[in-house]
Amino acid sequence: MKIAITGLNATDNPGPGVPVIRSLRHSKEFDGEIIGFIYDVLEPGIYMENLTRKNYLIPYPSSGLENLYERLAYIQQQEKIDVIIPTLDSELFGFVKLEDKLKELGIKMFLPSFEQLNIRAKDKLFDFCTDNNIYVPKNILVSSVLDLHKIPEEFDYPVVVKGIFYDAYIVNNLEEAKTAFLKISSKWGLPIIVQEFLKGDEFNVVALGDGTGMTVGAVAMRKLYITDKGKGWAGITIFDNNLIEISKKVIESIKWRSGMELEFIKSSETGQYYLLEINPRFPAWVYLAPNAGQNLPYALLQLALGKKVEQFDKYNVGTIFVRSSWDLFTDISVLEKITTKGEI
Amino acid sequence: MKTFIVPENIAISDSGFIFLPSTGETFTLNELGKQIFKLLQAKKTIEEISSEILKEYDIDTLTLERDIEDFILRLKSLNLVTQV
Repeated sequence: MKIAITGLNATDNPGPGVPVIRSLRHSKEFDGEIIGFIYDVLEPGIYMENLTRKNYLIPYPSSGLENLYERLAYIQQQEKIDVIIPTLDSELFGFVKLEDKLKELGIKMFLPSFEQLNIRAKDKLFDFCTDNNIYVPKNILVSSVLDLHKIPEEFDYPVVVKGIFYDAYIVNNLEEAKTAFLKISSKWGLPIIVQEFLKGDEFNVVALGDGTGMTVGAVAMRKLYITDKGKGWAGITIFDNNLIEISKKVIESIKWRSGMELEFIKSSETGQYYLLEINPRFPAWVYLAPNAGQNLPYALLQLALGKKVEQFDKYNVGTIFVRSSWDLFTDISVLEKITTKGEI
Repeated sequence: MKTFIVPENIAISDSGFIFLPSTGETFTLNELGKQIFKLLQAKKTIEEISSEILKEYDIDTLTLERDIEDFILRLKSLNLVTQV
């Protein structure tokens, strides 16, 4: 069996590819081969020993789906891949669009639908949560700098200014809001989300939905160490039934079909969990889940292969992950090969 | 007489390390703090805790009970005990 995985960018803003591969290998039942799909020749995953058997450069979906499809069709002729697990937000729409065509090539995936992807989008999350009685920070969508003048009518400063895909800044006044608006909109486009700022601790849940409304598993984590980019560099599994139940409710309402990460803040004022974001893929800390007793990536692989999976009902609380950075060394010929041939 | 409850899911190790499983918070208690915490887990009152401690330390009862109350107040603020 051959599994292709994207997101091998194990940098200080890591993609989930490497931890998904480590999770699959964590399972004693796994005996497949791993193929790496990369967008950049310096994605660290391809330089790690024994992580992948072979790696292929693929074009970004934004460069045209036809290009991506042609590349995948070529790779399929060489490799006969059984399953692709895309792990990055930015490529998901492309892979969802190509799902049927890739199926014809014999490639299976386990992805959400367009509708499901749209429901959890940042600009739709407020309505979804309100409809489902889930606490969510108030927000407004703005499309011009002039709209920012409405902020005091809706909230008190500070507020959070967020991009539709990435980036967020906490701002304390109109001037800071304008700067954040321009920075984000020039990079990620419009609209911009202005969100109520809540004080409290952040909690994250990694989960897997089977597409029928069932939660295959869900593991909650609190970040113990956060980098200056806001990324968790260490974390610990925790258990609060309330947090897991909200996550299950989300999966049941959307009938989520894939891995996901839910980001919450527990308000220090009200003690309630507010849902900040639903990321439509496993997070980079997903390898914590198998180490705590729920191998969600391996379960996703089983679902992609059309197999039945058992629901996980518990996990170990107090399991800790700590990231480290580790230099890898290689010869120029390796870089030459991947750059000129697009595969290694 | 005040009695206190330590939530069932909170455990303290022999080294005085406490882990709060619902939030991931950790705390470390010194030897005396650990002793008092374990007595609270055993549902002892302040007076009972005080008489246990007095067996080992040379201190007047009033000061000791006041210190124990201060310590419990701190534990309460960290959600490590609740008062009945």
